[in-house]
Amino acid sequence: MKTSTERQKNIIDFALSSLLRRKGKNAGLLFIYTLIVFALASVVFFTHAIKEEASIILKGAPEMTVQKTVAGRHDLIPINYIDRIQKIRGVISVKGRLWGYYYDPIVGANYTLVVPETPDPGIGNIIIGEGISRTRLAFEGDSIEFRTYDGKIIDLKIKKILSPESEIISSDLLMISEADFRRLFGTRENYAVDLTLKVRNPRELSTIARKISEILPDTRVILRDEILRTYDSVFNWRGGILIIILAGALLSFVIFAWDKASGPSLDERREIGILKAIGWETSDIILMKFWEGMAISLTSFCSGIIFAYIHIFFTDAFLFEPVLKGWSVLYPHFKLVPFMDASQISTLFFLSVVPYTVATIIPSWRAATVDPDSVMR
Amino acid sequence: MRKSSLFLSFISISLALFLLMFIHASLRKKAEMRSLIQKYETVKQLRLTDLCLFTEASYTRHLSQADLHTAFKDHPASLEHFPSGSLLAPPPMIKRMNENID
Amino acid sequence: MIELTNIRKVFNMGRPNEFTAISGINLRIDTNRMTVFRGPSGSGKTTLLSLIGCMARPTSGRIYLMEKEITSLPERFLTEIRRRTFGFIFQQFNLIKGITVLENVMLPAYPTGERYSSLKKRAMNLLDIFDISKKARDRVEWLSGGEAQRVTIARALVNNPSVVIADEPTSHLDTKLSRELMGMMRRLKEDSRTVLIASHDPVVYESDAVDRVIRIADGKIEEHG
Repeated sequence: MKTSTERQKNIIDFALSSLLRRKGKNAGLLFIYTLIVFALASVVFFTHAIKEEASIILKGAPEMTVQKTVAGRHDLIPINYIDRIQKIRGVISVKGRLWGYYYDPIVGANYTLVVPETPDPGIGNIIIGEGISRTRLAFEGDSIEFRTYDGKIIDLKIKKILSPESEIISSDLLMISEADFRRLFGTRENYAVDLTLKVRNPRELSTIARKISEILPDTRVILRDEILRTYDSVFNWRGGILIIILAGALLSFVIFAWDKASGPSLDERREIGILKAIGWETSDIILMKFWEGMAISLTSFCSGIIFAYIHIFFTDAFLFEPVLKGWSVLYPHFKLVPFMDASQISTLFFLSVVPYTVATIIPSWRAATVDPDSVMR
Repeated sequence: MRKSSLFLSFISISLALFLLMFIHASLRKKAEMRSLIQKYETVKQLRLTDLCLFTEASYTRHLSQADLHTAFKDHPASLEHFPSGSLLAPPPMIKRMNENID
Repeated sequence: MIELTNIRKVFNMGRPNEFTAISGINLRIDTNRMTVFRGPSGSGKTTLLSLIGCMARPTSGRIYLMEKEITSLPERFLTEIRRRTFGFIFQQFNLIKGITVLENVMLPAYPTGERYSSLKKRAMNLLDIFDISKKARDRVEWLSGGEAQRVTIARALVNNPSVVIADEPTSHLDTKLSRELMGMMRRLKEDSRTVLIASHDPVVYESDAVDRVIRIADGKIEEHG
């Protein structure tokens, strides 16, 4: 029984035999191609997962943050600004925030210190993130020495370590009591680092922000919306390392395509002539070339995607560590939640499989339309 | 086994794995929902504004809090020197001084 | 069965190296006969076989196959006819390197969509007939001249063609193998096939299996034998 499926399978058989004849070259091609898809897919999965997670988690960020700026620099904000802002219609509450950075010279890491409303760690105690514990090799019950603004040393005891699941927000976090914070940094009592607001109607945020800038011209307002938008575009595709990876990938494809587009070799052309002479139509030959291209590109695509998924969601994107870590000493373990959507996969498909397959077919077209007569000679 | 059968089997298995990937992602998402909500609550409770991605510098650690000056606070002509700075886009609103008043 | 009327074939028409390979041939080829086209190199034998076997189109004139004109058929139909009707045995063997003997034999039938198992069986049968089935899984590069020739014949028969065309089939064979080849050609004829051979080898055109010898020189038929 003759079927179209059988025809496809027969032609695939020959296409694969064709590829296997140049094992070394095609194995190399397959490897590099898979690597490129793997790199691209890893980046796509990683950035998408972070953005999605940010969009969910950071919805809990303060609706509005008010910073004071002096000579263009972020400065401490007087607590009495609270009363002035509280008077604005629509503002439910205004609270001061105490937070900052501490550079630990022992390990060379930066910690983010935060004074929480609850839970209060208590004077002399701290609650630390998993990243600090890991970097400092410090555990519950241990003490960490801190050097205050005036050169004194204070010991703070680790009361608790935050869960590893929350590393994406708490890896470098150090929760400290208000008294210890002010002792450490010398922050005066009537100052906070910035203020956070709660409003009655979120649609009035812009209006309230405008009013704040009117009554307090030396302040700067950041809205939750802006925070969320920051993370929507967090990884800069227009510059930096990501563009280098993308450029590298595109360049590789251009090289593949150029190699293919320079036309089939003499051997390949002769072979096409033989196939025509023994009864293959032009369409059969094009189909064979199509499957030759697809065999490499589909295999690479499938393998690349699957390895990328495993890399990002089962091994915490460990290959990205050297790139992402930069100069950081404290580096969070990215246990990302897989947020997948079909558009990512289809984009990668169209960027990788289609160009290569087209680049395989088109140069062979001309050769495939040759008169088989030339083979007789 | 025929070469074409091997190849088509590989593709079928891959497509099955793709499906599995989506199923896994969906299941993980459901399973992690509690954890995501917990993180959301933590962010709310501690009034945090940023993810802990890059702890190199203040403006890479707190992306959303950065303004036009933070990258250059060391020196007016100071160029970007932190590696993660090449990965991150500046927050979109820093081109405006304030929300919607100009 | 095959009729050629006023066939002309000119290569590189309009260019300085324009060359007339065939000039005004009229020919009728009978079925189930072995016809040999005899002539020196460059006489136009290969071109004539090309034209008969739908591998090339004539510059002018008509070709009829089973009383149907095929000269002006579109390429698709011509290929279909070529595949179904003709089996070619090339001078240079033209086997595809890097794949097995069996695959080479099955190749002409791949695009027909025939079931792999039945195609394989038929191919093995053919290899058996030509006593080369032991080499089925070998690469064609490892075959001797005689073995390669037998594989070429097996390949030519895989689509069960009614016409077998052979271009200088003995050019790479010694006398013994040449005689063996002519024996195989005779069997093809006895199998109710039409056999057309182009050759300047006396072992071929003097064989008693041959029914007719046509002399060709300078693109014209000199005499019918």
